[in-house]
Amino acid sequence: MKRNSRVLWAASLGTYAFLYVPLVVVVVYSFNDSRLNAEWVGFTWHWYDVLFHDEQMLGAAWNSLVIGLVSSAVATALGTMAGYAMYRYRLRLLPVLVLTPIAIPEILMGVSLLIFFVMLNLTLGLVSIILSHIAFSVGFVAIVVRSRLAGMDDSLTEAARDLGATPWRSFRLVTLPLIMPGIVAGALMAFTLSIDDFVITFFTAGVDSTTLPLQIYSMIKIAVTPEVNAVSTLLMLLTLLLIVIATRLAPGALRGE
Amino acid sequence: MTPRAQKWLISGPPLVYLLIFFAIPTLIMGLASFRYAGELGGLAPLTSGDPDELAGFTLESYQRFFSDLIYAQLFFKSFIYATVTTLLCLLLAYPLALTISRSPKKYRDLLVLLVILPFWSNFLIRIYAWMIILGPQSAFSKLFNGAIGIFGVEPLPLLFSPFAVLVGLVYVHLPFMVLPLYANLEKHDPTLLDAAQDLGAGAWKRFWRVTFPLSLPGVYAGAALVFIPALGIFAIPDLLGGTDSILIGNVIKQQFLDARDWPFGGVLSIVLTLLAILFAGLAAWVARGQRY
Repeated sequence: MKRNSRVLWAASLGTYAFLYVPLVVVVVYSFNDSRLNAEWVGFTWHWYDVLFHDEQMLGAAWNSLVIGLVSSAVATALGTMAGYAMYRYRLRLLPVLVLTPIAIPEILMGVSLLIFFVMLNLTLGLVSIILSHIAFSVGFVAIVVRSRLAGMDDSLTEAARDLGATPWRSFRLVTLPLIMPGIVAGALMAFTLSIDDFVITFFTAGVDSTTLPLQIYSMIKIAVTPEVNAVSTLLMLLTLLLIVIATRLAPGALRGE
Repeated sequence: MTPRAQKWLISGPPLVYLLIFFAIPTLIMGLASFRYAGELGGLAPLTSGDPDELAGFTLESYQRFFSDLIYAQLFFKSFIYATVTTLLCLLLAYPLALTISRSPKKYRDLLVLLVILPFWSNFLIRIYAWMIILGPQSAFSKLFNGAIGIFGVEPLPLLFSPFAVLVGLVYVHLPFMVLPLYANLEKHDPTLLDAAQDLGAGAWKRFWRVTFPLSLPGVYAGAALVFIPALGIFAIPDLLGGTDSILIGNVIKQQFLDARDWPFGGVLSIVLTLLAILFAGLAAWVARGQRY
């Protein structure tokens, strides 16, 4: 028994290493004083300096921020409604529409939205990206909110109703504060998904609406450059920060419990 | 306000949004596969006054799909890549999920979080990391080629190969296998293993006859979560693969963005959608036969 668990632990440690070594490599080489991501030469902030003077990259980061903020705000409102509706009522169509975008390969949503926007004569750009990001984030928010509701004690809202609160008052004063951590976690999740999305953005972006992932893609498609390491490191820090906030607000929410 | 009105007020907005920006575009993609390609890309008009101009609906793209074996082969290749990815993920994820589920309760959340954390870093960054590691000048490539050199094997390029594509696919999808497996293994009753031991079963037998069969619903769930997204992936072969590892996702991308033959891209997308639904249904159906 002891020997078996030691073998299991060794295998697990190997898998953790497999998960983390690549990311550590990216971070370490972002401080490397060499154009090649091959050998450690010496410490430098040079690539961060290059990054903060790269107009295209800064423009892309700005686009990503705008898209992330607007799409996560709308997705949070719609997703909270969807999560509440799925918890409260027996619905047929809504759960299917909420869950399928998560389950099917992303490229399918990307190409169908491309056809759709072109047919509507909508110029591809920030607006089309935002509309697409809302569409794929709603489901994630809905799942987090519904799971938060499922963990809630129903007798609290019943008590509020017994004490004479209208449905809206009992929702606003009892349910909403209780599920607030779930809503905030959902919002952070929608924001992260939007900032990170590559595939759907790739199909719905126009000429002047390059986002951070699209910019990274076009750079690494040509060559490996430490500037990408620097922007990656900063993005990882941002995501880590958002995750810390999210887990503080709603423990377990990120695992879809 | 009646309860009915309330229900519509709450479920209406997300329903309408997803109908417009998910259901309708998907249907339009389906319809597009029955149209003619436009002369300048995109779609030909639905109606036309000029009889020489192609307009309306046609089965042309479907005929093209079925007349050339190369597209079926492409789907088969994607199927093989997705299957191998799923198996490798299972192989890596199982010991990890088992270890986490048998760890002291207070560490489990942290160990699970450590699995999820890399998943939250940008998808392209994770692929880029492997471009560095497998690149020709990397320490890993030199070590690897040095090692096979001892046996007299010529140095192999690791990047832009099917091997790199598989590494990328496994790396990106691994958490999706670990989480459902762990969720299942955590619920197992440890007394079952004690009982098996008392009845004389060795460690290996206890695993194959007790733990593994009980974990099958988790295996199916994880397999579906890895296999279906892996089937349609295009960025990983695009960045890590060479010309020999083009998968169906790459060809769909080509049809829509480079060749601009939307009807044919639509056909490929519809087939991919049907396959995704088929495999999701299959996983659900197999899992239904299981208890736990």
